[in-house]
Amino acid sequence: MKTLDELKKLRDKSLDQMMMRGINNSFRIQVGLGTCGIASGAKPILSVFLSEVEEKKLDNVSVTQVGCMGECAYEPMAEIIDQHGQSFVYCNLTEATAKEVIERHVINQEPVLRLLLTTKKG
Amino acid sequence: MLERVQVIICGGTECSNVESVVLKDAFESYLEKIDMKDEVALILTGSKGLCPLGPVLVVYPGEIFYTDVTEKDVKEICEEHLKKGKPVQRLMYNDFEAQKRIKKNSQVKFYGMQKRIALRNCGVINPLDINEYIARDGYKALGEILVSSTPQQVVDEMIKSGLRGRGGGGFSTGKKWQFAKNSISDKKYVICNADEGDPGAFMDRAVLEGDPHSVLEAMAICGFAIGADQGYIYVRAEYPVAVERLYHAIDEARALNLLGDNIFNSGFNFNIDIRLGAGAFVCGEETALIASIEGYRGMPRLKPPFPAVRGLWGKPTNVNNVETLANIPVIFLKGADWFKSIGTKDSSGTKVFALGGKINNTGLVEVPMGTTLREVIYDIGGGIPNKRQFKAVQTGGPSGGCITEKDLDTPIDFENLKNLGSMMGSGGMIVMDEDNCMVDVARFYLDFTVDESCGKCTPCREGTKQMRDILDRICEGQGTMKDIDQLEVLGRMIQETSLCGLGQTAPNPVLSTLKHFRDEYVAHVVDKACPAGVCRELTNFVIEENCIGCTKCARNCPVNAISGWPKQIHRIDIDLCIGCGACKKSCPVSAISSQPKRQEASL
Repeated sequence: MKTLDELKKLRDKSLDQMMMRGINNSFRIQVGLGTCGIASGAKPILSVFLSEVEEKKLDNVSVTQVGCMGECAYEPMAEIIDQHGQSFVYCNLTEATAKEVIERHVINQEPVLRLLLTTKKG
Repeated sequence: MLERVQVIICGGTECSNVESVVLKDAFESYLEKIDMKDEVALILTGSKGLCPLGPVLVVYPGEIFYTDVTEKDVKEICEEHLKKGKPVQRLMYNDFEAQKRIKKNSQVKFYGMQKRIALRNCGVINPLDINEYIARDGYKALGEILVSSTPQQVVDEMIKSGLRGRGGGGFSTGKKWQFAKNSISDKKYVICNADEGDPGAFMDRAVLEGDPHSVLEAMAICGFAIGADQGYIYVRAEYPVAVERLYHAIDEARALNLLGDNIFNSGFNFNIDIRLGAGAFVCGEETALIASIEGYRGMPRLKPPFPAVRGLWGKPTNVNNVETLANIPVIFLKGADWFKSIGTKDSSGTKVFALGGKINNTGLVEVPMGTTLREVIYDIGGGIPNKRQFKAVQTGGPSGGCITEKDLDTPIDFENLKNLGSMMGSGGMIVMDEDNCMVDVARFYLDFTVDESCGKCTPCREGTKQMRDILDRICEGQGTMKDIDQLEVLGRMIQETSLCGLGQTAPNPVLSTLKHFRDEYVAHVVDKACPAGVCRELTNFVIEENCIGCTKCARNCPVNAISGWPKQIHRIDIDLCIGCGACKKSCPVSAISSQPKRQEASL
């Protein structure tokens, strides 16, 4: 990195990638993989998301791992951000419910309300 | 669970629970009648916060709110809405704010009241991808500083921001940098103190795991300001995930020349290495930490000379905590004035707290300084589970003290907590309810400091052990009133005569519980009773009249001390009972209580 311009270019490019600009109907799935998440079983959840996306050939979905989201009591958690920037935080996921989230939210565009953090916390 | 429609019925305690159950039954029977039972999911949930409006229903999809629903309306909702898809206008609640409240994260108090600066990227970016950090304006602060600022300008900006060390001491970070900058030497060092040792604190781990680059960037900024070209991160080996991500982050930053030689063509060189700590609490103290990096036993030494004058290998060294460092890139991106505008006059910015113990939302919260303890515990933390009563909150881990109900409305900042006899510490916040015995809590923390004392000073090494022995005696029912006085005398002496922070603060949990809960100590000594039912020798479990005879307690008892037929009141054989409390935990109707031993004779 030699100049600020170079950094800015990399920033803009990375931001486009992160926001998945130019991809229609995109979803970014962030699985919380801090120590708290790993301890409550987030690793298999991440694998479920990855394998589901690969199996069902969902090109509009990117799955990534992130750190602790702060709500350690509700781990394992995954946040889905749609193309409008709307975020949906799913909590207490299991392998079965993770599959359900892919099936219903990502493929059929219908958030699974009963698994949302906002529903659980009221 | 592939129902077409979901009906959520508010079953919170504020609305009559009975009403919601009646509604649910009414829905169930009517849906059965029109043969739609398989299409509709009925979910009884907690309070939606609209309780004054009577029973609330939410129908998904569409998120239609119905308020003031009675049994008579069930038919209409089923026929019109659920069957034909036409919402019943007459019952709909149209307050837009209330609808948003359910939908958006920021509308949930847990998120709405927080302000995330140090944790801004945690849970947002992939910690293993430097590009995502850069996408969130990462390394921009470092770049701008290297291109257009002088070291003194950087230090001045830090002093202006009013940032104070988040590791516990609360010393001005800018001034610390100034001292290190003023020292003249051919070599200086920057150290990141990631030896997070307080039981119950895990914010540094979250930052290292979720956003390692913010720490690296801040260390480079510090290096530029004080004139250092080498940084060390001293991190506990017990944080394997954090260590792995740090190594990865350093490699990535080196590959992009954001660390290394001639960064941003400015002629500034900076490298970072990792040193693993063996998890000794005392190594969180900066001189002990430096000794540990040098390869010696981690023991603190006298200050002055401060590390800013003579630190690592005798060279000027600046030591900052992880959370402090995580704030720094933002301060330079948004300006010191912006940072100063958050928080209180003498404590600017935010503080991360690790909520733990008897609280609903255990986890990390970051709030502006000046937020009250009550807001943190009740609004953000969600209060105490199982309808128990709040008793005290311990802030500052084993160095802090407990704060009781009457002081909950104090705004949190460094001075206020100190005035209450506790301290900010690294930000652990352990909530205790009526089931916690304060003598036992004090003993737990003292146990920790007895183990962790490095042994250099006699008052800390021997004094804390004596205090623990006294507490052991009290918990076993062998204590005398003289013991309580002795605890106070010893505590004061250890505070005054220890060299480092560990010893100076070790008696705090005992002294503060003695101050606020002296009656509990007296109960242990005089009545030989543990009011909370924790200390085994002083507790006597009794099954009360409201026992439903479910046999759960008997099945959970490890020594078969409980007898009784199903559906009849059970009994505990006191001679066999070991006081483990397993029965109390398993009882679904809270029929088991711990009675003081002295009552045993009268029963």
